[in-house]
Amino acid sequence: MTEGGIVISYTLWNVLAGSTILGVTGGVLGCFTLLRRQSLLGDALAHAALPGVCVAFLLTGSKSPLPLLLGALAAGVAGSLLILSIVRWSRVKEDSAIGIILSVFFGLGIVLLTRIQQLPGGNQSGLDKFLFGQAASLVASDLAVMGTLSLAVLAAVVLLFKEWKLLAFDRTFGASLGYPMRGLEIGLTCLLVVVVVVGLQTVGVVLMVATLVTPAAAARQWTDRLSVMTVLSGAIGGISGASGAIASGLVSHLPTGPTIVLVASAMLVVSLLFAPNRGLLWAALRERRFTARIRRENLLKDVYLFGERGGGRFEFVSRPALMGERGLGGAEIERHSLPLLRAGLLERFGDALRLTPAGLVEAERLVRKHRLWEVYLTRRLELPPDHVHRDAEAMEHALSEAAVDDLDEMLGFPEVDPHGRRIPRREKAET
Amino acid sequence: MSGPTLVVLAVGALVASSCAIVGTFLVLRRMALLGDAISHAVLPGIALAFMMTGSRAALPMVVGAGALGVVTVFLVEALHRSRRLKEDASIGVVFPALFAIGVILVSRYTSQVDLDIDCVLYGEIAYAPLDTISAFGRNLGPKALWVTGATLLVDLALVLLLYKELKMTSFDPALAAALGFSPVLVHYALMSAVSVTVVGAFESVGAILVVAMLVVPPAAAYLLVERLSAMIALAVGLGIAATGLGYAFARALDASIAGGIASAAGAIFVAAWIASPRHGVIVRVARNRALARRLDGELLLLHLKDRAAALPLDAVRRRFGWTGKKVGRVVAELESERLVTQDNGGLAITPEGARSLETAGTAPLAHSG
Repeated sequence: MTEGGIVISYTLWNVLAGSTILGVTGGVLGCFTLLRRQSLLGDALAHAALPGVCVAFLLTGSKSPLPLLLGALAAGVAGSLLILSIVRWSRVKEDSAIGIILSVFFGLGIVLLTRIQQLPGGNQSGLDKFLFGQAASLVASDLAVMGTLSLAVLAAVVLLFKEWKLLAFDRTFGASLGYPMRGLEIGLTCLLVVVVVVGLQTVGVVLMVATLVTPAAAARQWTDRLSVMTVLSGAIGGISGASGAIASGLVSHLPTGPTIVLVASAMLVVSLLFAPNRGLLWAALRERRFTARIRRENLLKDVYLFGERGGGRFEFVSRPALMGERGLGGAEIERHSLPLLRAGLLERFGDALRLTPAGLVEAERLVRKHRLWEVYLTRRLELPPDHVHRDAEAMEHALSEAAVDDLDEMLGFPEVDPHGRRIPRREKAET
Repeated sequence: MSGPTLVVLAVGALVASSCAIVGTFLVLRRMALLGDAISHAVLPGIALAFMMTGSRAALPMVVGAGALGVVTVFLVEALHRSRRLKEDASIGVVFPALFAIGVILVSRYTSQVDLDIDCVLYGEIAYAPLDTISAFGRNLGPKALWVTGATLLVDLALVLLLYKELKMTSFDPALAAALGFSPVLVHYALMSAVSVTVVGAFESVGAILVVAMLVVPPAAAYLLVERLSAMIALAVGLGIAATGLGYAFARALDASIAGGIASAAGAIFVAAWIASPRHGVIVRVARNRALARRLDGELLLLHLKDRAAALPLDAVRRRFGWTGKKVGRVVAELESERLVTQDNGGLAITPEGARSLETAGTAPLAHSG
């Protein structure tokens, strides 16, 4: 029993170490592919590696990791160069080029793989694990190779960080500074191939792309700085690798690769929703608050306009009259008026509403913005007066007080808007 | 040819045809990789259908996979449109997540039964003749023939019904929207067709060959013809040719037929890429060289213009930094067109040469198209 326990923990340790190494390296390098909009290149390279693995096996007859990795590396580099030349030398676009290399190389690989399985002893070649990943089959020598390669990749990223940053953000500027951008690009692609090859054994062909893209996409939501993003992405990759490995070790029939990908995907979902600034949840809340404010301000303005049309006597306005103004339902008027009643800007009598003195000041402030903007559009942009109302409807909610004062001064303190209606002056409102 | 061989070839040709039809639009709309994504992301749909019905009946699987295909497209679009991720990254995070769910479903809940991932990924068309269906007590023949045949009918119906809309939204989405076609609706219709095609082809040829058939023949056809209708027809033809060639190749090597077909499709693409009469590498290289030669001639003519005395060949060599051989070639070409004359003093421009310079800057330089 104890012996079984030791065996399991030894395997688990290998899986844990391998997955974490892969997660960190993939996460770090994935940042550059994400920013260069080459997320799917990793997918193509993972598929393209298969024929290389098979050829290396056919040539050396050995299953030791190094020749297989070298074969995969050669095929991956060949595949990426072919993608570049198809795009450069034909009218086929990049997406098709990636699709072509991915499927044709993989097809070739399958041909070779089935061929190898016909050979005596080929069945035991264990090449299949490169297809679907078999983290449990990782042994100490694999880990040594993976660890060394990953360290080399990370060291290269640290050394060439500034150069690759230029490549990701402003290639032309980099070239004008005299950096060999083409060489840097090829170097980065080679490192990508190395990481892909390292990952094949752990997560397999199909899921490889996720170990590159998903942590980087998650990290991107939290920061606008590449250095922070790289570290964060490495951490997210490492955490998903480690937790995926542990979860699949504890639960039976839970394959490692897919579990790692799901953990990373979950972290991406959390980042997309909750990251400060970019988080979709905050954006939705901001939008809701803004919409609510627009509705409040519109209602206040509608009540004001009734009074203005009635000769400047701001009396109670009945709900049906307000409903006619914007085609709102009675319940909506009720809902939009509640915060205004609470704030003491409106008062009510039955279902009728009236501006309080404070409400009158607020409404005049809004109407002033609206009408000044209409004046600006007709005078400065020479739009016909019947074209400016809708635009002013939007701007009255967005203009700041300072901007309105500047606008007023610039226009020479106009008395009336293009439709001949009075523009409320602040002084009058205060008296 | 034996019966089973015919069945394999027929299934392959049917898959190739339906893939080529929808793949043409994927290639034109630069969505080839969305096809790749769908082909993997349908796995959880298939697994769920299998878990719910407990059988490998075709219809529930098609429905399940079709639903997941639409889910994939929807998620990719939603991420992309939220402007938090670029389109490539949206694809790159969505389909592995769905595929991972599929793999976990398969390995946790269907491990006792025959739905293995290898089969899903690279299928086995060689077994197509063995899996037959029967109804009303009669053997109706191989199931794969019926499934892929039905898929082809669906795709044909879509393209015939929506040809104008597909064409318009593929080439000019803004115009299509202005004319009242809904690009979004057409997009989802096409993506549903891709999903159905993928799942129809899944069992017989696997996910990767589906990608090969979706992308490679249409891309090769794209290099050879200029009309949409011709591109579809040629893509279908090339796909069927790849099936035949690939089958022969695989049989000769005793290797995977699906892999062989994908390899043959690749060979066809390379041939088209190199030898296409309008867009091929050979033509491009020749065109570039002709252009460079013409530019050299015009530079030399410009240098000779308004020069009273003849210019020695040595001076030409020094002026342009050309080799003696190159000077000889450029001069010989200009002489044959009677644009320059040569005597012992050197080169002089002819009246024709001077006239030709007047139009030099205005004539179209490159072959347009």
